[in-house]
Amino acid sequence: MKINRIFKIIFLSEFVSALLKGVKEIFKSKKTINYPYEKGSISPRFRGEHALRRYPNGEERCIACKLCEAVCPAQAITIESEEKGDGSRKTTRYDIDMLKCIYCGLCQESCPVDAIVQGPNFEFSTETREELYYNKEKLLDNGDRWESVISKNLKLDKVYK
Amino acid sequence: MEYINILLQEIYKIFFLVIPVLVSVAMIVWLDRRVWASIQKRKGPNVVGPFGLLQSLADALKYIFKEIIVPASANKVIFILAPIVTMTLALAAWAVIPFSESLILSDINVGILYLFAISSLGVYGIIMGGWASNSKYPFLGAIRSAAQMVSYEVSIGIIIINVLLCVGSLNLKDIVNAQQDLWFVFPLFPMFVIFFISALAETNRPPFDLPEAEAELVAGYQTEYSGMMYAMFWLGEYANILLMCAMGSILFLGGWLPPLDIYPLNIIPSFFWMLFKILFLFLLFSIVKAIVPRYRYDQLMRLGWKVFLPFSLFYVVLTASFLFYFELLPTKGY
Repeated sequence: MKINRIFKIIFLSEFVSALLKGVKEIFKSKKTINYPYEKGSISPRFRGEHALRRYPNGEERCIACKLCEAVCPAQAITIESEEKGDGSRKTTRYDIDMLKCIYCGLCQESCPVDAIVQGPNFEFSTETREELYYNKEKLLDNGDRWESVISKNLKLDKVYK
Repeated sequence: MEYINILLQEIYKIFFLVIPVLVSVAMIVWLDRRVWASIQKRKGPNVVGPFGLLQSLADALKYIFKEIIVPASANKVIFILAPIVTMTLALAAWAVIPFSESLILSDINVGILYLFAISSLGVYGIIMGGWASNSKYPFLGAIRSAAQMVSYEVSIGIIIINVLLCVGSLNLKDIVNAQQDLWFVFPLFPMFVIFFISALAETNRPPFDLPEAEAELVAGYQTEYSGMMYAMFWLGEYANILLMCAMGSILFLGGWLPPLDIYPLNIIPSFFWMLFKILFLFLLFSIVKAIVPRYRYDQLMRLGWKVFLPFSLFYVVLTASFLFYFELLPTKGY
C-alpha cells in the first residue's frame, strides 16, 4: 500500500471531504417541487385522462368509425353505433375501461377527426373501481371541461405530426 | 403517607425528564429527515405544522391507530415484551445524564458504568424481538445486530477507560467538571473519532445499519412488527441515538460547560450548552447518514475487532503512561 493511501485512511480524508460536500449541498436550491401546491410543467403531447371532443357548434366529433376500438392494444374501448335521423353515424355507447387502459395514445393517433384525445389531466384517482369505467357522458364532459387546454395542445403539437 | 409523598415527588421528576426526552425524540426524527432530504436536494417533511415540525406526532398518531399484528408462530409474550424493553432501557439511561450542575435526576457515583450497562442491555430488546418473531429475516437481523453491538461496545468501553484515566471518577458530573480547562476532545481527539464511529455502529445507524439492511433483510428485526410496537422500536432507537450524542458531549465536549469561560459565552445557561452539543453531534449523525454507503458485514467486524479495539487499547497505554510520566494522574480522594 502506498504511503499516500495509508495517510488518507488514517486521517479519514475522504470521509471529511464527503462531510464538507454534504454540508455544502444542504444550502443549495432544492430540486423537488411542493407537489399538490406546485406542479411540474407538462408537454403538450402528454397522454393523460381521455376526453371526447365536440365541434364548436356542439356536435360530437366522433363518427363511430371504431378505429380506436380496433387499435386499442388493451381492448379497453367498447363502441356501439347507430344511424341518426340526418343520415350521420353516431355512437350510442362509448366506454373506456380506465383500468385496462395503458395510456399508449394509439386511440388518439388513429382518430381521423381528433374526437378521442388524451388530455393533460393525470389527477383522476377514485375510491372505487366502478368510477373508473368511463362512459360516453363522462368522456364528453371531460372534453367540455378541458377543451381549451386540449385544443391549444393539439395546435402546439401539430408542427411535429 | 410520607412514603407516598416521596414516591409522587419522584414520579413528578421522572415525568419532567421523560416527556421532554420523548418530545425531543420526535423533533429529532423530523430534523434527521429534513437534513437527510436537504443533502439529497429534496424538501423533506414540510406539510404537517410549521415547517412540518409536527410530522413525527402525526406519524405517532397514525401508529397508535394501526392494528398490532402478532404472527401466529411467534412467541407472543416475548414478541410483545421486546419493543417495551427497548424503549424502557433507552429512556432509563437518561436518568443519570446531567444537563447542568443541578439538572440531573439521579446523581450516582457510578454514572458512567450505569450508562454503559443500560446501553449494553439494549441488545436484548433487539435479540428478543428478532428471535421471538420466529421468522427468517428478523432472526438474521437480530443476530447481526447483536454481534455488531457487542463488538462495538468493547471499543466504547475502552474509550471510556481513556476518559476515566484523565478524570479519576465514575461520576458524570465529575467527568464534566474535570474538563473545565480543557475539553477531552483535544487531547483525546482520535478517541473522539473512534467513539463517534462506534456510536454509529452501536445505534445501528448508517453506514453500519446492517441489521435493517432493507436490500437483503427486509427490515431486520422489525420486519414482523406493526403499529405501536414498531413505533416503540423506532422511539427507542432514536432515544438511544440522542443518548449516544449526550454521552459524547459529556465525555469529550465538556457537557454543560461553555467553550471558554468568558463574558458573552458564560452568560448562556449551561443547560443550553448541553443542548447545543447534543444537537451538534446529532447533526453529524444525520449528515453521515446521507453521505456514506453501507458497510459489508465482514468489513464491519474487521473494523471493530482489528482496527478500533487494538488502537483504543494502544491509546489507553499511551494516555496512562503520559499521565504517569508527567505526574498528572488524578489522585483526589486517595
